[in-house]
Amino acid sequence: MSGLRGEAAIVGIAELPAEKKQSGPAMFTLDQYARLARMVLDDAGLPASVVNGLVTHGVQESDMFAPATLSEYLGLPLDFGERVDLGGATSAGMVWRAAAAVELGICDAVLCVVPGSMILPRSSRAGAPATPPWYGASSGKYGSPQAEFEIPYGNVGQNAPYAQIAHRYAAEFGYDPRATAKIAVDQRTNAAAHPGAVFHGKPLTVEDVLASPVIADPIHMLEVVMRVQGGAAVLVANADLARRSRNRPVRITGFGEHVAFKTPTYAEDLVRTPIARAADRAFAMAGLERSDVDMASIYDCYTITVLMSLEDAGFCPKGAGMQWVTEHDLTFRGDLPVNTAGGQLSFGQAGMAGGMHHVVDAARQVMGRAEQAQVADCHTAFVTGNGGIMSEQVALLLQGE
Amino acid sequence: MTRSTSQPISQSTGKPAEPRPLPEPTPVSQPFWDALREHRIRIQWSPSGRQWVFYPRLLAPGTLADDLEWREISGRGTLHTFTVARRPTAPPWADAVPQLLAVVEWDEGPRVSTELVDVDPADLRVGMRVVPVFHDDPDGGLTLLHYRPEDEG
Repeated sequence: MSGLRGEAAIVGIAELPAEKKQSGPAMFTLDQYARLARMVLDDAGLPASVVNGLVTHGVQESDMFAPATLSEYLGLPLDFGERVDLGGATSAGMVWRAAAAVELGICDAVLCVVPGSMILPRSSRAGAPATPPWYGASSGKYGSPQAEFEIPYGNVGQNAPYAQIAHRYAAEFGYDPRATAKIAVDQRTNAAAHPGAVFHGKPLTVEDVLASPVIADPIHMLEVVMRVQGGAAVLVANADLARRSRNRPVRITGFGEHVAFKTPTYAEDLVRTPIARAADRAFAMAGLERSDVDMASIYDCYTITVLMSLEDAGFCPKGAGMQWVTEHDLTFRGDLPVNTAGGQLSFGQAGMAGGMHHVVDAARQVMGRAEQAQVADCHTAFVTGNGGIMSEQVALLLQGE
Repeated sequence: MTRSTSQPISQSTGKPAEPRPLPEPTPVSQPFWDALREHRIRIQWSPSGRQWVFYPRLLAPGTLADDLEWREISGRGTLHTFTVARRPTAPPWADAVPQLLAVVEWDEGPRVSTELVDVDPADLRVGMRVVPVFHDDPDGGLTLLHYRPEDEG
């Protein structure tokens, strides 16, 4: 089959500590891009002059021309400039596009940078925002199907749609609230071993999760991501630069992507998610089995997302996830370590950078740099990105040499 | 979405509440909303795709054929899924918790996002039969499509 040859590698990673309340001054996203780009190049031990590709999600200060705006600001001419719009799957989508550009010989090194702080400098002249912030990932514009057929019924945001997915799952397969709670607890254990996590030093029990308020039945507050300020980046480079970089190269050997709907109302099957197809392609491309995976970075906007992703990506039989997570240790010491820096539930979700957290955490493990949370003999990592409401999904396989 | 219901005062806060957004029909979707005002449900049928289509579109999904026909359906269906939102999904629903959000699967196949009414949340079950409730906007210009459980017997 066609696909990557595994020649491109993540050679540098950067992640700002998660902060509920930002400690530093407000920075434009342009400034955040620059700071994170500098951090990731320093981490790789490579000069900025090697960069000739850039993948972005967008620039808050400019509605259009994001790659050109960043190229100009950073002073880095590009042979490949791309904007990815896949919600929480954006970061994983950025990484395979960067790897493809490197393997095609278009680029030597591609910056994949995602600012995560929405505390931006404010204009004293600016009026109220044209779009209310509560639209979130929805569109309230005239002619948008969401504006016409979802939002008027209050179907907006993420909590209620994910809860509807969970309810459908419960109807088909049953539901064990202690099992989904355990996912949050195991990830909190990982956060306790990762100093950058927002919930570092704050242990959690299944009882705590079940005692937290129900946001949208059956989802409890402690099963929902924690919004933080931060940001994350990786540098994807060719084999020559990988040899010059100071880290163990983390080769990108497989990927898959699948997008088929925006709003779960119209999903072909609400509980069998697009990650199944994306994961099958990624494993086939890499020539790997599920049992080869040493750690998994599973997009975790909600605990039910982790559970269904583990099932649909093939780590356990469909419908058996509740029992499977109960019987398996998902901590960094466990038999399938998941989200070893805490994930977005317990590291924190720095906006769009929340998806890059999963890429960075996986690469950090394969590089052998996870310190107290290091998974022993970690050479193969599986990463998922999930955007919209389980509607845009990307799978990656990362391997050490 | 340019129109809003008049909703002057929040009962809980005593302050003006953010208005609920109302749909604004488009040239393509107008027949759907016109039918709802008459308390009828009309959606599209695609001969090329041999399927019912919702929401309204210009061309048939999948085939992109220019063959969509408006046909009336009963609106009866089953509860595909639901949630009881204890926290408002957005500020306009601050006084409307719990919100009973649902996806109904019409007997013809397509699914529709809706709100459930006239039901105790504890009685809700995935797969239960539901029937349409036509909710006329007080301003008279528009009708929203809600659902309630079908009467037994």
